[in-house]
Amino acid sequence: MWSFSHIANELHEWLSSIFNPTWTLVIEMVLAGVAVIGLFAGLGLVLVLMERRVAAWIQIRLGPNRVGPQGLLQSLADTLKLIVKEGLTPNGADKLLFNIAPFIAMIVAMLLMAPIAFAKDFQLWDMNIGVLYVSAVSSIMVISILMAGWSSNNKYSLMGAMRSGAQIVSYELSAGLSILTIVVLTGSLQISDIIHSQATGWWIFKGHLPVWIAFVTFIIAVTAETNRAPFDLAEAESELTAGFHTEYSGMKFALFFLAEYINVFIVCAIGATLFLGGWMPFHIGNLTDFNRVMDYIPSSIWFFGKTFFMIFLIMWFRWTFPRLRIDQLLNLEWKYLLPISMINLLLATAMAILGWHF
Amino acid sequence: MFEEVGTTTEGDIIINVGPQHPATHGVLHLVITLNGETIKKVEPHLGFIHRSIEKMCESLTYRQFIYVTSRMDYLSSHINNHACALCVEKGLQVEVPPRAQVIRVLMDELTRIASHELWWGAMAMDLGAFTPFFHAFRERESINDIMEETCGARLTMNYMVPGGVMQDLHPDFQKRVKEFLQLYKRKIHEYDELVTGNIIFQNRMKGIGYLSPEDAVSYGCSGPAARGSGVSCDIRKVYPYEIYDKLEFDEVLETAGDSFARYMIRLREMQQSIRIIEQLIDNIPDGDFQAKTKAVLKLPKGEFYQRVETARGELGVYIVSEGGTTPYRIKFRSPGFSNLSVLDHIARGSKLGDLVAMMGTLDLVIPDIDR
Repeated sequence: MWSFSHIANELHEWLSSIFNPTWTLVIEMVLAGVAVIGLFAGLGLVLVLMERRVAAWIQIRLGPNRVGPQGLLQSLADTLKLIVKEGLTPNGADKLLFNIAPFIAMIVAMLLMAPIAFAKDFQLWDMNIGVLYVSAVSSIMVISILMAGWSSNNKYSLMGAMRSGAQIVSYELSAGLSILTIVVLTGSLQISDIIHSQATGWWIFKGHLPVWIAFVTFIIAVTAETNRAPFDLAEAESELTAGFHTEYSGMKFALFFLAEYINVFIVCAIGATLFLGGWMPFHIGNLTDFNRVMDYIPSSIWFFGKTFFMIFLIMWFRWTFPRLRIDQLLNLEWKYLLPISMINLLLATAMAILGWHF
Repeated sequence: MFEEVGTTTEGDIIINVGPQHPATHGVLHLVITLNGETIKKVEPHLGFIHRSIEKMCESLTYRQFIYVTSRMDYLSSHINNHACALCVEKGLQVEVPPRAQVIRVLMDELTRIASHELWWGAMAMDLGAFTPFFHAFRERESINDIMEETCGARLTMNYMVPGGVMQDLHPDFQKRVKEFLQLYKRKIHEYDELVTGNIIFQNRMKGIGYLSPEDAVSYGCSGPAARGSGVSCDIRKVYPYEIYDKLEFDEVLETAGDSFARYMIRLREMQQSIRIIEQLIDNIPDGDFQAKTKAVLKLPKGEFYQRVETARGELGVYIVSEGGTTPYRIKFRSPGFSNLSVLDHIARGSKLGDLVAMMGTLDLVIPDIDR
């Protein structure tokens, strides 16, 4: 009864009993918008705190533990600090582009929320090209980074932006191809269809070799696409101080920072949806009792559990691996990941045509 | 002359790394000419932390000037002090008691391990891995605690004085050092698992920043930077001082000459230092910890030179005495300065990310370069 769909249906019935259908729709849209913004801010705060705690755990220290109980309010306090800070615009910067860039980053991250299924029957927009929409919109992210780097009038920023442009455009190919593997096997671009195709078992557990390859490729590619270590060349602290956002301060910086974490959440949510069954509970064949226990766990918990597991994986990478060099990064994509994912896609297509999958 | 801003006539970008930059670990200023990501020229500019230590030493007595030298290479302050003490003792012709000699060597080797630990963490941080820094500090902290107990300080110890050491060892010293040895042996495998064996790390380090043995000699490199190219230059072996000629340890040599070789040298040197400490820790002789010296030290007229092996390479102390209570002229040959001069040579043609890695393997301590 704590699942999102249940609450949403209750809300819908309650609103319908008061207003006429048009007003109900309008109010529901406004509520959805507010929910997305709330989720955006909430997720940002939670993920920043989670990152710091995971980092502390890996680095044998405690992490934030002073502000609020167990340091839970730390990221809230940080946000407050960033809001009251002055947002400087450097001399010689292209003012319009400089100030617009962080907002584009944030808008892109927000747009990506739309097709994600947070729980059973709880999705803002279940469009029939859901997966395509995600890969298309996430490409806009690079524009904001290029704008930020170019307009800052700073050589570090420019180099960071150029690196990031090369990196994101390259790794989008592998990410797209690994997503396509699942699309080919499922036969649909719609997120809900993909989730329902995993009712008999998550793709990762069905035992298809191309899916495993695609999963690994996907994780590597999205880590690079979201500019996370070991692919954080756009920021590369020890080389470029802070890369494309060197000149940003205050809330403008915070927007980039938030957008990065939301992007991490979204790619992990997509990964969880495509490979780990989205909100589908974990079932084992004919063990009815076990399956029933699993069904009792709300679908939203399944979804967020899987997503946060993937986020933890990506954070684990960040705090363990050294950074790649730019030529190694591009070699990895063009010489290894891209050919592998292309052959993998062919394999998956052959499987789909011959009907070898189940 | 050089330009500090803008682009060159060929359209290359000139960027300033430093004086405030996360990669330089201090106030070093590098003017880098870049063609895209490829380095065409690196020009180090010094002087941001010049405190004219050599000039200051001229107005300090032979007991006082040793304290200033702790501030040169702050990561091997014991060894700096040791070099000065040895040089003054050479002039005074004082015989240092055996207990003091053993204590000095023990402290030197502990300092060397602490310095290499910090370098290892900072090196990994230069390559973008943050976690090793904390793991390195875990071990380094216990060394600092040992130092604090005996010397009363954790960084600038000022423990060595002409004729011996300032005070006797803390009663817990042996116990604590043995605890540290155990901790170190229990944790050392993490270093290889976390960094050395990592494929990204190896790809970043191998074949990068090649320094040939000839260049190492002609640029005056010393310490791990030169030994990574196969140049045998460990002062502890070549010109033994104190009791190093009686100890069993190997001079660590690698022949590859790249960043990875310099990295491995330091890791293996830590093992050798552990070996030295293990030989000495149960065999500290009884007796005085300081030779009897006059209250006011006066070196005879003449020139005195002493070289020691710090964690970074060869440190030379050159004292010219006119027979007074203060040196007439003093000159330090610091390892960092010569090692930095090779940076432009090895960095040309490589990528910007590699420059940071190369600076890491040269193990630059900026106050040591500038003095």
